[in-house]
Amino acid sequence: MRAHWEHFPHEADMGVRGIGPSEAQAFEQAALAMTAIITDPSTIQPLELIRIECEAPDDALLLAEWLNSLLYEMSTRQMLFGRFAVELGQGALRGRAWGERVDPERHHPAVEVKGATYTSLRVAQEEGTWIAQTVVDV
Amino acid sequence: MDLALLTRSCEHEWEIPAQGAMRVPAIIFASEALVRQMDRKVYEQAVNVAMLPGIVTASFVMPDAHWGYGFPIGGVAAFDADEGGVVSAGGVGFDVSCGVRCLHTGLKSAALRADQEELADVLYAEIPVGVGSTGGIHLGASETDAMLAGGASWAVQNGWGEAEDLERIEERGQMSGADPHSVSVRAKQRQQDQMGTLGSGNHYLEVQHVTGIFDGAIARQFGLEMDDVVVMIHCGSRGLGHQIGTDFLKRMAMAASAYGIALPDRELACAPIRSELGQSYLGAMRAAINCALANRQILTHLVRRAFAHVLPEARLSLLYDVSHNTCKLEHHGGRSLYVHRKGATRAFSPGHPELPEALRAAGQPVLIGGSMGTGSYILAGTHSSQRQAFSSACHGAGRAMSRHQASRTWRGREVIEALAARGITVRSPSMRGVAEEAPEAYKDVVAVVDSAEASGLARKVARVEPLICIKG
Repeated sequence: MRAHWEHFPHEADMGVRGIGPSEAQAFEQAALAMTAIITDPSTIQPLELIRIECEAPDDALLLAEWLNSLLYEMSTRQMLFGRFAVELGQGALRGRAWGERVDPERHHPAVEVKGATYTSLRVAQEEGTWIAQTVVDV
Repeated sequence: MDLALLTRSCEHEWEIPAQGAMRVPAIIFASEALVRQMDRKVYEQAVNVAMLPGIVTASFVMPDAHWGYGFPIGGVAAFDADEGGVVSAGGVGFDVSCGVRCLHTGLKSAALRADQEELADVLYAEIPVGVGSTGGIHLGASETDAMLAGGASWAVQNGWGEAEDLERIEERGQMSGADPHSVSVRAKQRQQDQMGTLGSGNHYLEVQHVTGIFDGAIARQFGLEMDDVVVMIHCGSRGLGHQIGTDFLKRMAMAASAYGIALPDRELACAPIRSELGQSYLGAMRAAINCALANRQILTHLVRRAFAHVLPEARLSLLYDVSHNTCKLEHHGGRSLYVHRKGATRAFSPGHPELPEALRAAGQPVLIGGSMGTGSYILAGTHSSQRQAFSSACHGAGRAMSRHQASRTWRGREVIEALAARGITVRSPSMRGVAEEAPEAYKDVVAVVDSAEASGLARKVARVEPLICIKG
């Protein structure tokens, strides 16, 4: 199975779901799903690398922490990220995100993501496939 | 929502009786049609809120309610610190003090028509909108703290606006009890280049005109006449508020079990009001309220500059400024309560001492944003608002369709052309953003305000319709 992402409906906001053969890949895909709310990820050039480290007491909170750390970097650097690499340790995540500064002419960003919520927040392995999902507030 | 789950108390009031772990009932104010449209999740979320420690009277749901995260959007709940009451970051949300400000312009729509396109262009050039936009203001550390303590007062002291503006803002433009030291460095960093920016999503700036008056006496006290041009600004505390929500959601979710709080949903993360974490959140959240008030004040200044350039005869003065994502300490029925309003507007009754003198007899203006193509409404608090839901009313039309579905259903360009044919000028950096905010993606705002009036939450005063919409 190839790693991929999808959106799932929420009345006011948007659900992001990463799916992959490993938990780390599911986290990478969830980040891509979040980017896809804002813009088409294929329009983002991987010009700059940002490193992210975060911790949380369980996998689900770690997913929210990973997505929220990305939102912080996007907000303070005015950047968008289109490629991700995640390594997971015991309650800790080391991530890399590649992207570039927002260019409204090229990225046509649709909406700003305010935060990753704990609604429908779930990290689980089902029949050998990892799912990492939550609802983000837009 | 399945009506069989509810007990109908009267035409526009429905009760979910307290059962299981619920400490109080949940009460929904809405017409039968609106209740039927509400997602089953609204029911679940209203019930979950009713389980929180120290909740008083009921978990209330406004007519525009929809499925949120933790609290329903359109949820109101009050907590008593003396009874172990809590404060919840999830009950305020990420966009702390998101709200609406309405400005008079002193113009009639005929005076605007010839210059409508130019005014739209100048507003669009003056107001930073959309993802990644930054304002012309960079705040250093000490100036950020001054802003977080001072709110709109700080903005006026720094030349963005006039002293008389402050009268017409909740809390007189400055939320007391704000504690800049409870705000994380990350939250402050997210804000340092975002002052005076509108944001994106459902945030907008509209030039509108009055197309209906429902209560002539109150409209006169609000200074509104048919065909008056007004400006409505909808935005919040930007990156700072988002980060405060993020920070405290995590801290409260992790600390809940230590406080002996069983959370029915992690998103309802909360802490006792009388705890270090609860007090720290209140200090930070109040600072975020000041950030939102300062932001709308700076945007007001930018709007005045744009009008001065195109229509120098305009005189922009505040009707009022309301916030709809807050937790505030208020006095109701002789008790001091922490009232959470998530997607709900405060609606103080006539005579309330907090209202400025010019508005006191009329009741508090309640500003209800519609969608881009439909109207918005100006309501007023009534004597019955206090009895119903701690002086609260609805806040907007509420989404009827997810963003996902909306962006698949419409194209932004077509939405803009259809609105242009109706005399509405739209400016936005994002066509997909416009499609996601298409008028038909929202509930019928008329049904929402009619229901708010029928249930005694607020009184309809005037309808306004857009001429120009600047969409983030």
